Amino acid sequence: MNTLIRDNTRAARKAVETVVVRLAGDSGDGIQVIGGQLGLASALSENDLETFPDFPAEVRAPVGTTYGVSAYQIHFGGRRIKTIGDEADMLVALNPAALKTNLETLKRGGIVLVDAGTFAQRNIERAGYTTSPLDDGTLDDYQVMAPDISKLTQESVADLSLGKKDSLRCKNFWALGFVYWMFGRDRAPTKQWLEQKFAAKPDIAKANIAALDGGHTYGEAVEASGETAFSVQKLEMAPGLYRSVSGSEALAWGLAAAAELSGRDLVFASYPITPASPILHTLARLKDIGVKTFQAEDEIAAICAAIGVAYAGGLGVTSSSGPGIALKLEAMGLAVAAELPLVIVNTQRAGPSTGMPTKTEQSDLNQALFGRHGESPIPVLAAHSPSDCFETAIEAARIALTHMTPVMLLSDGFIANASGPWALPDLDAIPRIETKHHTEPEGFHPYLRDPETLARAWAVPGTPGCEHRIGGIEKDFASGHISYDPENHQKMTDVRAEKVERVARLIPPLEPDQGEASGDFAIVGWGSTYGPISRAVTNIRAKGHKVSHIHLRHLKPFAPNQAELLAGYRNILVAEMNAGQLVRLLRAEGCTNAEGLNKVTGRPFKVSEVEDAILARLETGHE
Amino acid sequence: MNEVVSPAALKPADYATDQEVRWCPGCGDYAILKAVKSVLADIGAKRENTVFVSGIGCSSRFPYYIDTYGFHTIHGRAPAFATGMLLANPDLDVWIVTGDGDGLSIGGNHLLHILRRNVNCQILLFNNETYGLTKGQYSPTSRLATRSPSSPGGSVDSPLDPAGFALGCGARFVARGVDTQVKQLIEILKAAYHHPGAAFVEIFQNCIVFNEDVFDDFVARDAVAEHQIQLENGEPLVFGEDGSKGIGFDPEALDLVTVDDPANALTHRTDNRNLAAALARMALPDFPMATGILYDNPGPIFDTGSGVKTSDERSLKDVMRAGFTWSVD
Repeated sequence: MNTLIRDNTRAARKAVETVVVRLAGDSGDGIQVIGGQLGLASALSENDLETFPDFPAEVRAPVGTTYGVSAYQIHFGGRRIKTIGDEADMLVALNPAALKTNLETLKRGGIVLVDAGTFAQRNIERAGYTTSPLDDGTLDDYQVMAPDISKLTQESVADLSLGKKDSLRCKNFWALGFVYWMFGRDRAPTKQWLEQKFAAKPDIAKANIAALDGGHTYGEAVEASGETAFSVQKLEMAPGLYRSVSGSEALAWGLAAAAELSGRDLVFASYPITPASPILHTLARLKDIGVKTFQAEDEIAAICAAIGVAYAGGLGVTSSSGPGIALKLEAMGLAVAAELPLVIVNTQRAGPSTGMPTKTEQSDLNQALFGRHGESPIPVLAAHSPSDCFETAIEAARIALTHMTPVMLLSDGFIANASGPWALPDLDAIPRIETKHHTEPEGFHPYLRDPETLARAWAVPGTPGCEHRIGGIEKDFASGHISYDPENHQKMTDVRAEKVERVARLIPPLEPDQGEASGDFAIVGWGSTYGPISRAVTNIRAKGHKVSHIHLRHLKPFAPNQAELLAGYRNILVAEMNAGQLVRLLRAEGCTNAEGLNKVTGRPFKVSEVEDAILARLETGHE
Repeated sequence: MNEVVSPAALKPADYATDQEVRWCPGCGDYAILKAVKSVLADIGAKRENTVFVSGIGCSSRFPYYIDTYGFHTIHGRAPAFATGMLLANPDLDVWIVTGDGDGLSIGGNHLLHILRRNVNCQILLFNNETYGLTKGQYSPTSRLATRSPSSPGGSVDSPLDPAGFALGCGARFVARGVDTQVKQLIEILKAAYHHPGAAFVEIFQNCIVFNEDVFDDFVARDAVAEHQIQLENGEPLVFGEDGSKGIGFDPEALDLVTVDDPANALTHRTDNRNLAAALARMALPDFPMATGILYDNPGPIFDTGSGVKTSDERSLKDVMRAGFTWSVD
């Protein structure tokens, strides 16, 4: 009986806590699709996980080229997963180019599954090899499995009347079936997904299912040894309804949630740019629930439209990446002067200029904090994980609306594209964003201020008796009229700065994410470095070292107790994917023992890099 | 102090603010301001529902002098702010005030797009063929060889015709007015207000400091008859003393031509785009300058949405729960 056989083989499976699988193939091979399925299957196998798609910048590169390779990395297992994994335990390479470009990500001794059927001389040369890497010793350090996946896939779907081309298109699911066998994943949800996806083309659904089964059967028949079959530990997740979410989706939904919580229309004005566009795409599909999106003619028009939305009483949001944010800076100055609520999302990428649009970086912190002309402080927040984008988006909107100020929300290319399981929040349990329009004509002028927050009165067009004119010219503190008075400019500059500082009153005290609240050594991060720093600190603490991890969400203003907290550590290491922007700021703010750990390669930190950096400092008795 | 006034009772003076007007004495902007206030009173514009949006430049000070809502924004971008306001509240009546530098140089791109989208608003472009606020440099509408602080040897770039530009962008309402021709200007502005969609009005405006009398060759009292043709829908295209000349059609050149016999003049039709484009192209000395409404032909308006959700079938909760989910008990 099937179950008996499976139980027997499972007994022979090698137990592992976590696994990193990297899937790679040509752009047309459907790598992203099977990556997504492996993620869902792993979540349903009671694993935590994180995934990251790594697709080529080219829209449609020629088949078989190295620059046409699409990859997907997934890290799953029986503990809290915080990164996509430093290196892969297994690489699936569906053509020579995929092997060529991804082999460096595979750890020594790791498993590599290739489609031997694609290793014809022409393909080998196109990938940049001169001889076949299957025969020339290239793979000597790895466990190689090289079935002819192309041929085996065709055999699996032979019963269906598909042409050769359509048959071969199923080979991604053959490979997935094999991977499912290796890690003991259930095929049923993927079959269900295929049936839904190809409801209109039942033959295609059947073929892909046949390929999935074919790969799985191959695993049972050929590789049924303890060496390549694994039993992955499970993790008890908190109860709840879960889904997989990317940072872009979570951010988009967070903005939509903020609109509901504040009882306002969300108008999202944006201009397409990598890697920020998926937020626009996600929101553009929500017209039916009242979300409006505006694809403007350029970045400047996008932010100006969003400011226009705010002037008229809506929740105005604009979004871009570094170079596009640069174009918006002048308009941000107006939003500061006019004191209008606005959320600006920067999904950072490797710069300067076009840089590496598909690669991640944290190098726009200085731009966010200091990029504008004049004295124009604005609150700045950073999300630290895909699902955290949801909460951070709501908080950014809350600050903007309650303090009448533009707010910069920093994400990056890594968080935007990475995905992980997310316990869906209860929207009804999130505190509402209470803001009121000013409607009382008596004594009104547009720069009346709330004594607590210093937010100015927000009277919107349509309100009788509160007609007023505002703009970029300095205003009189007491009347809101144009003023060139020197003392008044000092006063208005001070009050705008103080208004932003008072946002700190809403910020909860900063506490270490891990470790003691004072001591010898703390590592400080912000944004998407959270995962690698957190895992590195967990590992180091497991070795008995007292190291704390402090992660900043609020970069302007800082949490009220931040200086006090940091002063409690003898050594501070600040890890950032830039040349040292936060560390310089912390040093300027009095944290003179802060030292930088910096990386600007377009790739996230590896856990090992952070760990090594901390250990090196602990060993030298760093002081 | 602001007070609520019934629109029915509003007079031009009710649209005046308490701000001292800071244009140069004798500036053409004063006449335009007066005409606009008069139009607002005539159409019974609700002050609370009306927004004047501007960019940067002399013309862009305009909102401070009209007691409605007003937003003096940044250089060239007023159309984008206006579009945002209408996205947030499609019921607003939005007027954009811009100039030849603001609207056609730094803001040319936004003017192009608000016109082709046909966003429901009025756009008043004060054309004085100079940068007034920055002290008299040549502008995109300055004639070739214009001497200015930044072109001491004479400007070398060909000028742009605002009305022709607007038509090229797909504008559905294009008109030309003159600061001193108040009666005509008021009629144009009323028609612009009533036109559904983007209405573009170029207003020849005299800058007495840097470009005095630059339009005199067709607006001076003794030049109007011979060198200006004031368009009226359905009326023959005649000009000159006693209407002695006309604008006819040359079938070989596929273009307009001046004719000595007014009987051969074409009839002005504001719904004819080809005619509007040809009239916009007419230039001195061979032709009179066309003023009035060149084109008024409503088309599909940019959909800013109703401001409410379009169905009760889905909520954000449903959106977040759609796709693959799983439960952990």
